[in-house]
Amino acid sequence: MSHALQDQRPQASRSAAPTSLTRGGLPRWAPAGIAVLSIALGSGIGLAFGLQSEIQWGLIAALLFLAITYTASAVIENRRQAKDRIATSVVWVSFVLAVIPLLSLIWTTVSRGVEVLTGDFLTHSMNGVTSFDEGGGVYHALLGTIEQIALATLIAAPIGLLTAVYLVEYGKGSLAKAVTFFVDVMTGIPSIVAGLFILTTWNLMLGFGPSGFAGAMALSILMMPVVVRSTEEMLKLVPNELREAALALGVPKWRVILKVVLPTAIGGISTGLMLAVARIAGETAPIMLLVFGSQLINGNPFEGAQSSLPLYIWEQYKVGSDASYDRAWAAALVLIAFVMILNLVARGIARWKAPKTGR
Amino acid sequence: MAKRIDVSGLSAFYGTHKAIDDISMTVEPRSVTAFIGPSGCGKSTFLRTLNRMHEVTPGGRVEGKVMLDDENLYGAGVDPVAVRRTVGMVFQRPNPFPTMSIFDNVAAGLRLNGNFKKSELGDIVERSLQGANLWNEVKDRLNKPGSGLSGGQQQRLCIARAIAVEPQVLLMDEPCSALDPISTLAIEDLIGELKERFTIVIVTHNMQQAARVSDRTAFFNLAAVGQPGKLIEIDDTDRIFSNPSVQATEDYISGRFG
Repeated sequence: MSHALQDQRPQASRSAAPTSLTRGGLPRWAPAGIAVLSIALGSGIGLAFGLQSEIQWGLIAALLFLAITYTASAVIENRRQAKDRIATSVVWVSFVLAVIPLLSLIWTTVSRGVEVLTGDFLTHSMNGVTSFDEGGGVYHALLGTIEQIALATLIAAPIGLLTAVYLVEYGKGSLAKAVTFFVDVMTGIPSIVAGLFILTTWNLMLGFGPSGFAGAMALSILMMPVVVRSTEEMLKLVPNELREAALALGVPKWRVILKVVLPTAIGGISTGLMLAVARIAGETAPIMLLVFGSQLINGNPFEGAQSSLPLYIWEQYKVGSDASYDRAWAAALVLIAFVMILNLVARGIARWKAPKTGR
Repeated sequence: MAKRIDVSGLSAFYGTHKAIDDISMTVEPRSVTAFIGPSGCGKSTFLRTLNRMHEVTPGGRVEGKVMLDDENLYGAGVDPVAVRRTVGMVFQRPNPFPTMSIFDNVAAGLRLNGNFKKSELGDIVERSLQGANLWNEVKDRLNKPGSGLSGGQQQRLCIARAIAVEPQVLLMDEPCSALDPISTLAIEDLIGELKERFTIVIVTHNMQQAARVSDRTAFFNLAAVGQPGKLIEIDDTDRIFSNPSVQATEDYISGRFG
């Protein structure tokens, strides 16, 4: 019996003759071919019917791609294969639809931003430059953004981190549930509301003027729930066995958290922190209310109006001259680059600190 | 070094669920005591009450007395952290700290407790790794991460970590169940050496292992699922495996049970 089986196996693989397990199938290049065909058809239909927008051509091509894939597969293969292929195609089409706006955004920002992005632009303020003139720079806004974000992080990171440690390591019962609920509520606070809250308490009730610090406080309100959430998830990922191993060595709980749990999760925590920073780096509304905006360099975040990159972009756009449009695009590029550098730094930290597995 | 454990009338609970009921036994110093019994009968829970790790589980609490020589582990004002420094534990799955090197893993107990002299640390780590029969395999790569070792080596690393803090008693919760036969043999040999210095309590599902390594064996059982586990009998290992005094023990050992 086993002898017979052994003899049959190589025979079956050698002969190309159809067996009970082979089915007719589309060639490997079929998806690519269908994609090219449907793009050509979509463009043809667009031209023939005089459709103005390339977006319409693209959408027609996408729909054709799905329809042709399904029909071809259903005819040549079978229903199950056709369903598999249409699911794969929907994933691909969605991916392309999602990536096109992103690439277009980056391309527009880079191509328009580099025009005036020079060393001078990064090192000069708008002091003495009227809105319609060329020149001027973004230094005061970059400085303001960095200072406000640094202050907001200094406030929000420790509070968020400790809240997450409480929720994961200590919290139980109704208090923990209430904290979780309010963190969720805070996640949904619109940035203008956070700004108004600081405006009424800090500026109106306590009588302080506009400053970078006031803006940083509003930003920290927006940042805190993000930090709590991401840190909480990262702490939950730390295996309980590690906590027990450390406790069984006679280590007090606070030291277990400080020396075992947090170091194990530090990569994820720093990534979450950087994502929270990226989220507040683009906030405009609370900055308008609380930092007020300025054309001059003000290095002191605790006194007087400052600027920030998002606010600068909005101001320059509002002026409406060619020179100011160029400045707005360049500032947008600076902001994107700033956030991206922060993200890369966070990934670097995460990789550097991640638990090591090598031999 | 080693201390006698004297348990009387001990029950353990998870919330309102009673996991083990009214257990009393004595564990002699410098001996190996094995706990056997079906899954869910409370062996591990009982083991964890011996160094107050049971209460780490949410809802875990204990009634009764555990005397370590002449101190009650559950007496008023007893610090669980101090208890765990005296009664060390090795877990079922090897769990070296992933952020630490081999050296740091062994030194973790001392470093995290903060009571050590820097000059002695290297000696203690070497002595502990030799005590766990791991020194020759890792002495050239002490700065490599502990998680890069094989499963059996990781478990011996965890034993080295546990004995580095010089406990009086060493609890082992199925230390070989995730390991291959050769690593298991290495750990069993190690247990034989460690009992010269420590009181050892080991939970195992492997009855041959219990017969090989232990001086005394305790059989746990539960009346039905959901009922608390009970200690059926504890006796010299030879007697338990040749001529147990309770029928249920014989049924379990000979495989007629469950």
